[in-house]
Amino acid sequence: MAKQHLAKKNLIVIGNGMVGHKFLERMIAKGAAQNWNLIAFCEEPRVAYDRVNLSGFFDGKTEADLTLVEPGFYQNHQIQMHIGERATKIDRDRKCVSSAHGSTIPYDKLVFATGSYPFVPPIQGKDADGTFVYRTIADLEAIAAYAKHCRVGVVIGGGLLGLECANALKNLGLETHVVEFMSRLMPVQVDEAGGQLLKREIEAIGVRVHTQKSTTEIVNENGRVYKMVFADGTELHTDLIVFSAGIRPRDDLARECDLQVGERGGIVINQACQTSDPNIFAIGECALYDNQIYGLVSPGYLMAGVAADNLCSPGSSSFAGADMSTKLKLLGVDVASFGDAFAKTTGSRELVISDAIQGTYKKLVVDATATTLLGGILVGDASIYGSLMQLMQTKTTLPPHLEDLLLPPRSGGETALMRVENFPDTAQICSCNNVSKGDLCAAIRDQQLTDIASVKQCTTAGTGCGGCVPLVTDLLKAELKQAGIEVNNHLCEHFAYSRQELYHLVRSSVSSTDAAPPIQTFDYLLHRHGRGAGCEICKPAIASILASVWNDLILNPSHAGLQDTNDAFLANIQRDGTYSIVPRVPGGEITPDQLIVLGEVAKEFNLYSKITGGQRIDLFGARVDQLPQIWRRLIEAGFESGHAYGKALRTVKSCVGSTWCRFGVQDSTSLAIALELRYRGLRAPHKLKSAVSGCTRECAEAQSKDFGIIATEKGWNLYVCGNGGMKPQHAQLLAADLDTETLIRYIDRFLMFYIRTANRLERTATWFNKLEGGMDYLQRVVIHDALGICADLEAEMAHQVATYECEWKDAIDDPAKLKRFRHFVNADHPDPNVIRVEERGQLRPAYEHERQLLTIGTQP
Amino acid sequence: MQAITHQSTATDWITVCAVNDILPNTGVCAWVNHQQVAIFRVGHEATLYAIANYDPFSNAYVLSRGIVGDRGGIPKVASPIYKQTFNLATGECFDNPEISVPTFPVRVVDGQVQVGRFE
Ligand code: SRM
Ligand SMILES: Cc1cc2nc3c(=O)[nH]c(=O)nc-3n(C[C@H](O)[C@H](O)[C@H](O)COP(=O)(O)OP(=O)(O)OC[C@H]3O[C@@H](n4cnc5c(N)ncnc54)[C@H](O)[C@@H]3O)c2cc1C
Ligand code: SF4
Ligand code: FES
Repeated sequence: MAKQHLAKKNLIVIGNGMVGHKFLERMIAKGAAQNWNLIAFCEEPRVAYDRVNLSGFFDGKTEADLTLVEPGFYQNHQIQMHIGERATKIDRDRKCVSSAHGSTIPYDKLVFATGSYPFVPPIQGKDADGTFVYRTIADLEAIAAYAKHCRVGVVIGGGLLGLECANALKNLGLETHVVEFMSRLMPVQVDEAGGQLLKREIEAIGVRVHTQKSTTEIVNENGRVYKMVFADGTELHTDLIVFSAGIRPRDDLARECDLQVGERGGIVINQACQTSDPNIFAIGECALYDNQIYGLVSPGYLMAGVAADNLCSPGSSSFAGADMSTKLKLLGVDVASFGDAFAKTTGSRELVISDAIQGTYKKLVVDATATTLLGGILVGDASIYGSLMQLMQTKTTLPPHLEDLLLPPRSGGETALMRVENFPDTAQICSCNNVSKGDLCAAIRDQQLTDIASVKQCTTAGTGCGGCVPLVTDLLKAELKQAGIEVNNHLCEHFAYSRQELYHLVRSSVSSTDAAPPIQTFDYLLHRHGRGAGCEICKPAIASILASVWNDLILNPSHAGLQDTNDAFLANIQRDGTYSIVPRVPGGEITPDQLIVLGEVAKEFNLYSKITGGQRIDLFGARVDQLPQIWRRLIEAGFESGHAYGKALRTVKSCVGSTWCRFGVQDSTSLAIALELRYRGLRAPHKLKSAVSGCTRECAEAQSKDFGIIATEKGWNLYVCGNGGMKPQHAQLLAADLDTETLIRYIDRFLMFYIRTANRLERTATWFNKLEGGMDYLQRVVIHDALGICADLEAEMAHQVATYECEWKDAIDDPAKLKRFRHFVNADHPDPNVIRVEERGQLRPAYEHERQLLTIGTQP
Repeated sequence: MQAITHQSTATDWITVCAVNDILPNTGVCAWVNHQQVAIFRVGHEATLYAIANYDPFSNAYVLSRGIVGDRGGIPKVASPIYKQTFNLATGECFDNPEISVPTFPVRVVDGQVQVGRFE
């Protein structure tokens, strides 16, 4: 048995989930460690993590990203954490808890924070291999492992969690179905009309929704899930099933020791969060207050605070129920439901605006006199959720034309009522962590916070579901503006502007009517809008902006010194200071003659050759003085620069498509070549990659690209904002079944919109993740021209396409540029420190330890 | 043209190239007394700095190919390999004060760049 401090009393917490951890944090913050031995049982093999963002696990978030526990927190505060140890029995007479590891620890006070478990309906066959629930990291690991061998996945339950789970299955590459017993999705939060719209939007993303289906049997084959049979006699073949049919409180231990539990489960608590035994508390999803289980984290956090207060000074605070309002993004579709969403208040009235064209449904519920807001539902666009919540919570008198709250402003700014500056200080901005506007403003002022990351860290606002981050950001901006501080998104010390603003300065100087000349060089931009001499941050970023706007050759004298070495020498620098050469091979299609030339050049210059991950050939080890000679040979043979060195279009990978493949439904290779030639040389905030697959088998991996295209029977599906690399992210469907012309138009607009608005070194995936309104917004901009800029975007791209020139072709014909391609300005010999070693029949740079063995001649 | 920097203690000067062989705000590498010297032309006039071409972080001879700039008014160059920056006047690394690269005297005479040797 672990050692206990004698003078202190024992406080045991069962469960180390989100709420159990929050409780411990509260106790520490209150200095309770002085009086209590804090002891906790944590059944899972890891300490508390962010269950709300659990699905992030599938988007590349790691356990470390999800953890809620600061490193060393438990150790530093002497909290005894029993990891991987389930509490199995409570003896209320002897006041002690026993665990599955056989330890028995006495308690003075006990807190249940056992959460809940997913309900699995008693359907025949429910235990077959391939059936899962969605609650813990372990569940997700199991699903991901199993899904590798599956084609189809079904989620049983179309509620909030079910849809989130469907999204995950879809991202795992499964054909995804949702089966819901009720007549609509999210029956708890959304009404019939909203549910129908939600269904349409979700089906448009490619998830199949089956409502009013009751599963009667899961049929196995060799012990594995094979198909589902429904009450109406229909069937659905599937390889994997996830149950998401609701949660049940984990009250088994409480029942066994005869604490009072609710009729349908849940440990009954009073306003102090005490159970029927005054020495025992219950908080979070296992607790039942006023006959209600709260399946959300923020009420749980409130309970954690109340229980901590009452343990430290009895009677000091109370829990009086909590708001169940929610805002989520499910499969890219915004859904929010708040207050009296179903207009149950007597005399209440509803205002509904349903827009089948934009795919939005918005409902307000107001009192009989239409003076205060009681609740509402938003589907498709929930950007005004935070503001509406404020109007409701603060009982603000509503404006005469209610529809103004729901529609974008016709002219002028948004309704003043909806601006965060005008909220009262008591307005709750972050409901997950119960942070008010007053708390936020005080923190921003007192601790002089200037960026959103530190606001989050100091106030905890925005660290839960993230739904309040837009409001917190607005508030921060408003506060800083009021304090006369500029929000600092400056590129670097030389420019007090963001990349986006600098782009705009350069772009608008093209058509500017004032007398000043257009901005075509770094020096002139620095003179007009910057200070100092520039640096390695602003120079390449501005070189890229100038290229995106003017498309001048990047080695022209006014640009040459701005370029990173890769751009400056039109090749990729390697660890020994030599370079690699990657000629463009559009779509990965290459003739035998071209292969022979590459082989000959590699042989002649003794270059290490390798097939790249981008379907082309890389020749490594060229010295700077050899680059022009090599390129002269390559250009003669019809090759051109592959821009492997640039923050520019890299490759458009292709599969062989209908040209050869028996499954191909379109000519993916031709399209890939056309796209690569169209966008070659296009400079962007970061590199751009693309791919085209000839059918849904997706051999070109288009869904991991910045823009990826998959052939369909009817045309092309366009996916955008995918990423391989460090944090892989699947691309999302922007538009389906496009003809080639429309496809190219959308890509033109998409790329130029990204180039206009992204930050420096921000790939499309990262940019997209920050884009408020997400895919819905992007579709409105790119497809529906909501910003009225599409004609400009297309014209800008047309300029790029028309002015493309191969940088290498230009350079080898320009003696002034060639002058820079030598290692010594005053000698013809190469860098004597480049030393090579043979491996597998080719040369590579020597490692440091090998160098020491080889004689280094300092004399050439 | 006005020319400058660290010439005081040097006695022995070697002419390496014309100032106009160096594009404004770029560098070149010169072979001087069996050493690789990176020479930078800062601004559009003839303000020059010379440091070793050897990058102690990558062990490659590449500093002359870095981007020139300033930090709070102090001229610097960023290594093209891993992007550490060095004070052009003193050779000190901004990112790690314990590391620095040697500097060399440099001057312009009749439009020609000369690198000197410390005695
Ligand atoms: C040569 C190649 C590896 C190979 O031997 O196959 C390669 C080599 C480099 N990659 Fe890559 N990447 C290569 C394909 C890829 C791929 C695969 C693909 O394109 O399908 C990826 C994942 C896809 C993606 O980008 O989404 C990839 C993800 C990265 C990343 C991570 C980007 C990210 O957003 O997370 C970096 C780092 C960066 O760009 O900041 C990177 C950076 C680099 C750099 C530039 C690192 C550096 O600064 O030296 C390497 C340049 C070497 C050179 O001299 O060419 N490379 N790199 C591949 C060249 C493809 C081509 O033909 O152009
Ligand atoms: C995929 C997903 C998405 C969600 N999204 C949202 C959202 O967007 N917004 C929102 O508000 N809420 C969301 N929720 C709900 C939210 O996660 C829960 O409300 C919250 O986690 C409840 O916290 P808790 O501590 O009560 O329970 P839990 O976090 O479940 O923690 C209980 C812990 O106790 C452990 N335990 C149980 N019994 C024992 C025992 N006998 N001994 C030792 N340990 C034990 C369990 O293993 C578990 O680790 C989501 C939940 C899931 C699964
Ligand atoms: S994975 Fe890393 S080591 Fe390999 S090529 Fe890409 S950047 Fe270089
Ligand atoms: S409301 Fe969820 S993090 Fe603030």
